Amino acid sequence: MSQTNLRISGGRIRRDRPIAFTFNGHRYAGYEGDTLASALLANGVDVVGRSFKYSRPRGVMGMGAEESNAIVQLGATDATEVPNVRATQQALYDGLVARSTNGWPNVNFDLMGLVGALAHRLMPPGFYYKTFMRPAFLWQSYETLIRKAAGMGSSPVAPDVDRYDHMNHSVDVVIVGAGPAGLAAALAAGKTGATVILVDEQEEVGGQLLHRQAKIDGMLGADWVEQALSILLSLPNVTVMARTTATGYHDHNFITLHERVSDHLADQAPEQSVRQRMHRVRAQSVLLATGAIERPLVLANNDVPGCMLASAVSAYIKRYAVMPGKDLVLMTAQDDGYRAAIDWHDAGHKVVAIIDARVTAGDDCTQAARSRGIAIFPQSGVIEVIGTTRVKAVKVAALSPNGEQVVGNPQTLICDTLAMSGGWSPAIHLSCHTGAKPEWREDIAAFVPGLTVQKQWLAGSVKGDFRLADCLSAGSEAGTATAAFCGFTSADAVAHQWQVDDWDDGPAMAYFHVPHTKATSRAPKQFVDFQTDVTAAGIEMATREGYESIEHVKRYTAMGFGTDQGKTGNINGMAITARALGKTIPETGTTIFRPNYTPVTFGAVVGRHSGQLFDPERYTALHRWHLAREAVFEDVGLWKRPRYFPLAGETMDEAVARECLATRNGVGILDASTLGKIDIQGNDAREFLGRVYTNAWAKLAVGKCRYGLMCGEDGMVFDDGVTACLADNHFAMTTTTGGAARVLEWLEHYHQTEWPDMEVYFTSVTDHWATITLSGPQSRALLAEVSDGIDLSGDAFKYLDWRQGSVAGVPARVFRISFTGELSFEINVQAHYAMHVWEAIFALGDRFGLTPYGTESMHVLRAEKGFIITGQDTDGSVTPFDLGMGWCVSDAKPFSYIGKRGMARQDCIRTDRKQLVGLLTVDPNQVLQEGAQAVDDPEQTIPMTQLGHVTSSYFSHCLQRSIAMGFIRNGHARMGDIVYYPNLDGTATAAEICSPVFLDPEGARQHV
Amino acid sequence: MLYIHCPYCEEHRSEEEFHYKGQAHIARPDDPDNCTDVEWADFIYRRDNPRGEHKEQWYHTVGCRKFFNAIRDTQSYEIKTTYKVGEQPDMAAGIVTGQQGSNAS
Ligand SMILES: [Zn+2]
Repeated sequence: MSQTNLRISGGRIRRDRPIAFTFNGHRYAGYEGDTLASALLANGVDVVGRSFKYSRPRGVMGMGAEESNAIVQLGATDATEVPNVRATQQALYDGLVARSTNGWPNVNFDLMGLVGALAHRLMPPGFYYKTFMRPAFLWQSYETLIRKAAGMGSSPVAPDVDRYDHMNHSVDVVIVGAGPAGLAAALAAGKTGATVILVDEQEEVGGQLLHRQAKIDGMLGADWVEQALSILLSLPNVTVMARTTATGYHDHNFITLHERVSDHLADQAPEQSVRQRMHRVRAQSVLLATGAIERPLVLANNDVPGCMLASAVSAYIKRYAVMPGKDLVLMTAQDDGYRAAIDWHDAGHKVVAIIDARVTAGDDCTQAARSRGIAIFPQSGVIEVIGTTRVKAVKVAALSPNGEQVVGNPQTLICDTLAMSGGWSPAIHLSCHTGAKPEWREDIAAFVPGLTVQKQWLAGSVKGDFRLADCLSAGSEAGTATAAFCGFTSADAVAHQWQVDDWDDGPAMAYFHVPHTKATSRAPKQFVDFQTDVTAAGIEMATREGYESIEHVKRYTAMGFGTDQGKTGNINGMAITARALGKTIPETGTTIFRPNYTPVTFGAVVGRHSGQLFDPERYTALHRWHLAREAVFEDVGLWKRPRYFPLAGETMDEAVARECLATRNGVGILDASTLGKIDIQGNDAREFLGRVYTNAWAKLAVGKCRYGLMCGEDGMVFDDGVTACLADNHFAMTTTTGGAARVLEWLEHYHQTEWPDMEVYFTSVTDHWATITLSGPQSRALLAEVSDGIDLSGDAFKYLDWRQGSVAGVPARVFRISFTGELSFEINVQAHYAMHVWEAIFALGDRFGLTPYGTESMHVLRAEKGFIITGQDTDGSVTPFDLGMGWCVSDAKPFSYIGKRGMARQDCIRTDRKQLVGLLTVDPNQVLQEGAQAVDDPEQTIPMTQLGHVTSSYFSHCLQRSIAMGFIRNGHARMGDIVYYPNLDGTATAAEICSPVFLDPEGARQHV
Repeated sequence: MLYIHCPYCEEHRSEEEFHYKGQAHIARPDDPDNCTDVEWADFIYRRDNPRGEHKEQWYHTVGCRKFFNAIRDTQSYEIKTTYKVGEQPDMAAGIVTGQQGSNAS
């Protein structure tokens, strides 16, 4: 079928710009200005997908964000695929390729349809819970099957080739929705000079004005829109963005706008342009002019292709110049629905009848229909649609005045399209995002936004003001008010009075569910939520099974859980739930919508934060050298640290073995620049150190360093490091690499909030200083070659001394401290000298067998000495005493330092706490798993009594055996005991409890 | 995302610049060593969990690195006021975000 048969004159498409596209493998033609949905309708494509659960054929039902049937997988290649795109919101572009999301293997011959025919038995409401809760372990395989069968779109499998952006804004007024209310508001706010962003999710602004016959100031709606837009575009303070969805409204007027910058251009988009942009806007005031969404009516087989929303029918005719069919029946419960029949008739096609559930309709709409000779069936309903892949006829019957019973004999009307107009539901979604509870308004039978704490205004249909004249005047007033709130007023502040020529719509009937001659449970399926295949019978069944809250009914039936979030179905579903429970709709509950309003691609969420820009990386001043040396890096916080430096062909174990032995036997060099460094000055600096560390600082002399443990008020260790006394009121603190920011915040917190009178200043100098560690018996000889002004002899420069001097001609602070147990010197130079110093050391290093080592060797070397790493050997639940580090705790300090009282709690002074010990496996070649749990009796039945876990475990090449550290309950008193570490294969590894100092317990190697 | 007025920087900045530090005005006992275990546990663990106004402490982590206090409504997330450490809140000061609106117009 060619599209021309269904095209009519008029519309807003560009007939001079034909477009070719492919849907489900077939080539079709459309025009620029079409959406994928309008082009499919123009090509006579009735079936655009299969339903989620029952695999029923589905066609285009709506024309915008509310669409729950025409949901497609967009994209020609693996790299450009986008799942869950609503065909009604996708602009047509040349070469567009799309396929149905549902339906496998294809929509016309659907294998799953065979299942669908049985599915009413196989998949009752709550089938997830009933079927898949047991056995739980099979859930994953069920889920795979269900997704394949039901279709929820598929994730792209290749990296996205498109670019996405984020942009931040701070403006006075954000107006969401550029229909009559939004445009009027933007005109009013814009002329005050306030900065205004006006967004609309559709391809062009104007909303329903683009297809309504009403006139404003004598102009057709579309012409009025054009005039308004040209005024707005002339205002430098106003930004108008079409194709931009306000996806989330967050606290304190923070609103996210998802702009589809070039989705409508696709391959024709300029090189380097972004595809989508996420605007993050902080607005002084937000005006929601989001309009309303028409509800379909719940009636038997209301999902057959050809069943459409009445407003969508009008939009396709007037805006896209497409006749969605030939012969129309309209089923309505409000005057507004009549407009679709009038548009249909005026386009030269047959309106078979208007079926109105009400006893009487408004005068204007009745007059409009009668004057065209259109038959009206008052107090009647379409009780059933006949057809499978397209509407063939409808059954119509007289109803009781409340619409709840069929009272007459059904008659059949032949037609191919059923327009449904159940009423308008205000698009309250954004107002819900910030926690405002929707309020039910009985007079319009709809929820409107509830009270909010946001600086939020409303105008138009979203407030329940559905009349065009009201939308315009309310928009104008709200636009003036939002600007005034931001301090902007206009000289001609009087709101424009619009002359509107439109029907005077009478009251709508609160009507949701058309009865059938059979009971709901036995009638053909009456769909409520099309995307998740929830029926009226399913909801009634849920209430029979005891679900009384709408939130439970929703979860049980999956109503509103599709990607459309129940935009068309939720209110109908609540009405049916309420009636089944004998309650009112507000008694049944409200419906809360959450961000995002429509699905957002991950590309837009991520923006530029992918690949190398995913997370910041921190490099030391020596990073280039490590790269050139082909180091293998590991992430430590944001830092990239060399883990080991493999020679050609070496494995990690081989490299680590070589690095460790070279350090113990000659000299190793480590880039320790990532250590946190905090410069502390002030007259009270020394006292402050005494309060935050567990040991004593009062007598530390200038030129000396000291190791300290930092605890929380609970007495638990959280960081450690060496602090040097530079002057009586000046100290250089080091922290762990990962703890630097936390420690600085900790110090500031106590200073600012507990002891503000102390004179002390903290400055992070981590990046200012590079730290180069020379470690090993040859370190002194090597350092002597490159340094000046420091007497390196053992008597003059003792362990835990620091000296100022120069290294490679550069001023340096050299600390004689050791994390390996070897004679070691930490050379601190200003970071920009680091490469020079490092290379100068290497220039002399060959004679000493200088070997660079990484963090992996550092871990092994320190474990051989039993030195802890906070965060690895501690986990926030261990005191210094648990670590066997009571030597680092002072009880002589006058001030009750942080951690002292915590450590004294009853629980902390138990003798049977888990304590850090060394562990030597009975088989020296077996290496314990870090995290493994110790037990006394490997034969004990599960659950076994756990004694504590392994925190550090390595194979030590220096000791030619495995070593480990770990916690054992009461471990300090259990030296020599054997404990067991059960393995997954049923065996257990035996290990002997010992001191964690495996190498040189006397410290002879570093005291030379 | 909250919009927080730092009383030191004297401007509103986005929440991502700040760290939340829990309930405000928890004073460290003057004489910890003479606290009972229960008193000490109260100090380090027990906090109010009000539905409504909550005095809490924030840290302008990537701004001025100052700690300050805020009164925030835990239901609406409105921040009534922010004030410096050592000050008393001035509810009339007008340093208020998210003032009770109304669906105006
Ligand atoms: Zn600040």
